[in-house]
Amino acid sequence: MGVWVYAEVADDGKVEPGALENLTKARDLGTEVSAVALGPGATQAAATAGEYGAQTLYASDDSVYTDYIAQPAVHALHELIQQHQPELILFSPTYDSRDVAGRLQARTGATLMSNATDILGPDYAQTQIFGGQQIVDVTLSGPNPKLVIVRPKSFEPQPSGGGPAQVVPVEVEIPDELKKASRVERHEQAAAGPKIEEAKVIIAGGRGLQQPENFKLLEELAGAIGSAAVGASRAVVDAGWVPYAMQIGQTGKTVSPEVYIAVGISGAIQHLVGMKTSKRIIAINKDREAPIFQYADLGIVGDALKVLPEITAAIKAKKGS
Amino acid sequence: MNIIALVKYVPNPEGTPQMGPDHRLVREGVEGALDPGDEHVVEAALQLAEQSGGEVTVLSMGPEPALAAIRRALSMGAHKGVLITDQALPGADTLVTARVLAAAIKRGEFDLVIGGVESTDGYTGTLPMAVAEFLAIPNATFARHVEVKDGSIRIERQTEMGYDVVECPLPAVVTVTAGANQPRYPTLKGIMQAKQKPMENLTLGDLGISAEEAKATQEVMGVEPVPAKEAGEILEDPGEAPAKVVELLSKAKVI
Ligand SMILES: Cc1cc2nc3c(=O)[nH]c(=O)nc-3n(C[C@H](O)[C@H](O)[C@H](O)COP(=O)(O)OP(=O)(O)OC[C@H]3O[C@@H](n4cnc5c(N)ncnc54)[C@H](O)[C@@H]3O)c2cc1C
Ligand SMILES: Nc1ncnc2c1ncn2[C@@H]1O[C@H](COP(=O)(O)O)[C@@H](O)[C@H]1O
Repeated sequence: MGVWVYAEVADDGKVEPGALENLTKARDLGTEVSAVALGPGATQAAATAGEYGAQTLYASDDSVYTDYIAQPAVHALHELIQQHQPELILFSPTYDSRDVAGRLQARTGATLMSNATDILGPDYAQTQIFGGQQIVDVTLSGPNPKLVIVRPKSFEPQPSGGGPAQVVPVEVEIPDELKKASRVERHEQAAAGPKIEEAKVIIAGGRGLQQPENFKLLEELAGAIGSAAVGASRAVVDAGWVPYAMQIGQTGKTVSPEVYIAVGISGAIQHLVGMKTSKRIIAINKDREAPIFQYADLGIVGDALKVLPEITAAIKAKKGS
Repeated sequence: MNIIALVKYVPNPEGTPQMGPDHRLVREGVEGALDPGDEHVVEAALQLAEQSGGEVTVLSMGPEPALAAIRRALSMGAHKGVLITDQALPGADTLVTARVLAAAIKRGEFDLVIGGVESTDGYTGTLPMAVAEFLAIPNATFARHVEVKDGSIRIERQTEMGYDVVECPLPAVVTVTAGANQPRYPTLKGIMQAKQKPMENLTLGDLGISAEEAKATQEVMGVEPVPAKEAGEILEDPGEAPAKVVELLSKAKVI
């Protein structure tokens, strides 16, 4: 079976983490695993793609694929699909990949499943609903290739020990009428500290912190721990206390750190989906009945504003000793 | 300028959803509403129409109660509504929904189609892009800001680390995030006027779509509860907290 992974790459050839997770899964599913990378840096991704299991990398370094939203990539993918007839293509839910997958379903008439949490076969996948309380089995029918967008952190990325993927250049003429939605400027805000998706420890604050200023208690705790990032519930993002980039949950980031510390967060299902797979969960909440406690390895019933400084002090003392 | 606002009716957007024995969300007997995300869609459409002197048509596919979502959009100020309801549609997936909505859009003149980034109950987040492909027009998606000028749009597209500016000639499909605007509340006058506004009800037959073309390509085979996690330790006395947290962090090798 031919399984493809649509892989976003940075200009320097770095592959987006979700693609490595998907390649790891693709090895279990397919006899032929390929990656598709379109845009500057694509061919440089051959080593990483191969290391994670791709035998072939269909690649083009042409900037037309990143200068214009979705349409050129969909056109090229459609050509490749017709030539090589894969059975399944896996995507990450990044903005660009969602655009590509969304259009591709209409182009090919193939089914597109979003939010998959596991893939059991070419036409059989799972998703989780209600904050991960229930698993739903879904069968996919209609023409190949089936298209599946996989939730981040569904699979642990593991190198296969393979050599570089064989690069097959993608040489597809992109018609001018597909060069319309043009990216004319890029603005990046440099984030301080480790990225939320990559941090070993995440300390997330919710409405229970009472006031935006109290987020500094989380920053102090993060500082004491070291490689820790600060996140937030949607309630406080919507209230404008902290930027959207910090939001964890269904409509924010999905994270799976070694330790997740939820402070003054009730544990709504939409928040839980984003952090439930964390290895260890600590919850601090003054309400003994808060749903977050059902998911906590360590639950602390108390006032966060009092408990946090004590914890920070204890960690500093431990590190100093 | 003719603007189409894509809106979805969702059951119980704030409460906990329920699953029926047919593995579909229970939609009967729960109070539904315009998807909160799509209030931003209507607001964006109204603002652009006000600037350019255009009209906003609200388009939705859904069961009869979905009329409530369209009414809400009309009372916010949209000009007319179109609801597509058909016995063949419950259980429709994004591909079918996009095909149906695109067919309805193609019947008239349009310059801009606006949708939400994702719906509250389905959150597949890929429907507007599929509509764009069916219409063979570009998509400028994930906009936190939209402007229209001289037959083209300029958006700020949300990215992981900031935003990109994307420019695109019309006609196009745009999706807006919750950060794009603050939706207005319907006024009493708006609510009264909404009842007089043109409202069209369509079936698949009206759009020339066969039941075969409306057949879903995804089927739910089963739903199982996730095994409950082993209960953790709950400290009723926060005084023990610092020592326990240090212990856990040490075990996790993060300090
Ligand atoms: C479509 C949709 C998508 C959504 N997506 C997301 C998402 O991505 N992420 C997300 O987080 N939410 C999301 N939500 C919102 C979600 O439903 C909840 O409303 C939100 O998570 C609640 O945030 P919270 O826990 O901070 O606030 P609350 O629910 O208000 O909880 C505050 C908690 O703080 C506790 N508390 C109060 N004072 C103290 C104190 N002094 N010390 C300790 N504890 C205290 C309270 O007991 C309470 O449990 C979404 C909702 C919808 C409808
Ligand atoms: N049944 C529908 N009728 C009209 N618009 C819809 C429908 N379903 C989804 N949409 C639009 O598509 C967006 C994304 O929805 P979804 O793909 O379900 O996450 C929504 O915010 C709406 O703007």
